[in-house]
Amino acid sequence: MNSAVEIIGLAKEYSGKRVIDGLSLEVEEGDVFGFLGPNGAGKSTAIRILTTLTKPTAGRALINGFDVVKEPHRVKSFFGVVQQHLSLNRELTVKENLEFHARLHHLSKSERDRRIDELLDFVDMSEQADQLIDKISGGMKRRTMIARALIHRPKLLFLDEPTVGLDAQSRRRVWDLVRGMNSEGSTVFLTTHYIDEAEALCHRAGIIHQGRSMAIGSPEELRRRLGTFAVESKKEGRTSYRYFPDRESASRFVLERKASDGVVIRQSSLEDVFIELTGRRVAEE
Amino acid sequence: MDAYTIVWSDMMMLRRRFAKYLLTTLLSPLLYLMAFGYGLGRGISVNGTSYLDFVVPGIIALTAMTTSFNGAGTRLNTDRLFFKSFDECLMAPISSISLITGKAMIGVYRGLVSSIAFLLVAMLIAPRLDIGLLFALSLLFTCLLFSFLGVFAALLAGTHEDMATFSSLILLPMTFLGGTFFSLSQVPIALKTALYLLPLTHCSICLRAAALGDSFPWESLLAMAGFLLLFSLGSMAALKRLSV
Repeated sequence: MNSAVEIIGLAKEYSGKRVIDGLSLEVEEGDVFGFLGPNGAGKSTAIRILTTLTKPTAGRALINGFDVVKEPHRVKSFFGVVQQHLSLNRELTVKENLEFHARLHHLSKSERDRRIDELLDFVDMSEQADQLIDKISGGMKRRTMIARALIHRPKLLFLDEPTVGLDAQSRRRVWDLVRGMNSEGSTVFLTTHYIDEAEALCHRAGIIHQGRSMAIGSPEELRRRLGTFAVESKKEGRTSYRYFPDRESASRFVLERKASDGVVIRQSSLEDVFIELTGRRVAEE
Repeated sequence: MDAYTIVWSDMMMLRRRFAKYLLTTLLSPLLYLMAFGYGLGRGISVNGTSYLDFVVPGIIALTAMTTSFNGAGTRLNTDRLFFKSFDECLMAPISSISLITGKAMIGVYRGLVSSIAFLLVAMLIAPRLDIGLLFALSLLFTCLLFSFLGVFAALLAGTHEDMATFSSLILLPMTFLGGTFFSLSQVPIALKTALYLLPLTHCSICLRAAALGDSFPWESLLAMAGFLLLFSLGSMAALKRLSV
């Protein structure tokens, strides 16, 4: 399997402060990769480097084998980006936004028309095609951004917090779209604050903290490394967590402590892995 | 072609509110025309020309400057810092030259629309003006150089306030000192030399000479070309600095 993204010893400094410090990771073609980390961990900076918006201080980043610094023009046609903030042109319609992007990616007139219709159908927005961006809902704006990012059939899609600020229904719709894009062959690289999102969508996840990669693997592998069962015990208003490789050892631990009040045995989650590695709950972000 | 794509998106936006744009863009030159042309300048002649005929080319230079600068610069500043939609252009497979040129052409397009609209109104008032090839060339250069100045300023600005400060410190003094409302032959030599450092001075001189049928100041057109080169190279350097 080829690498869609390869990051080797990446570093980035701003005014002498290292926001990325020797980051290395690899995302294989066809993966949905979740990039998790607290605010200020370096996720957005890493994405800015990968999408050619910022140059690294040291290290290399490759997309489809091409260096993002040495061959930015080549790299740009491989990826599509859905940014966290609304980056649509608000004074244009949904269709005009897609057309603008299609023109920037040099699609011919017939290809543009066909692709715009396909994508409006894909994101279920054919009826809103001629509405101004300012007149549609937040969920529709996000779906327009997804359609825009896909217009040139990118092999790799960066999604930066794709469901932030969306209601539950719109969020599920975006999840379906991500799965749909992946099943059509796009590799997906997503950052998210929602651990359930990463668990629901990602084949592999990387946890980044203070600019460094803390762990990379499938959600299942990461949970296994920590312990697939967790024991939560509450004492004086604080909850402590212990992790065990199986339910038996977790039960044994509880029995040995002879205190079952306020003790819960449950399967560990990716959020547990995240907290153990970064020392913070995602919800605190 | 890529530069045209950038302009295309602006044209799509502008066509929806063209009447409103025209109205707002014509307001200030018409006010200048009334205040200076009819009010202050009634009965005055400059170098044998009525003040009204004298001031109209200056107001056209001023209109071209303001609308080109704002059309290119203020829009780019907002797209870059507020809407963040400029990042989408940076991530597209287009060259820096196309991107800068496209952004500047938005200013040129808007500048020409506003200046020509004002010119049509002004021709009703001052029909003696000679609108020929040299006038068109001077107007195009004016729009081009201030559009590139707008792009340069927008790429350098770190905040919206920076852009406002630039307008207050650079454009506002130029509005009144750039040979728009008075003849440079009337000012002391030291001030005259300083005023020649302002790009608008050369734009006013060229537009006025062309419109009044005076001998054309080719050295001022050359100066405009020099400013244009300076601002376009500055824009390229500022764009490069953004990705560091």
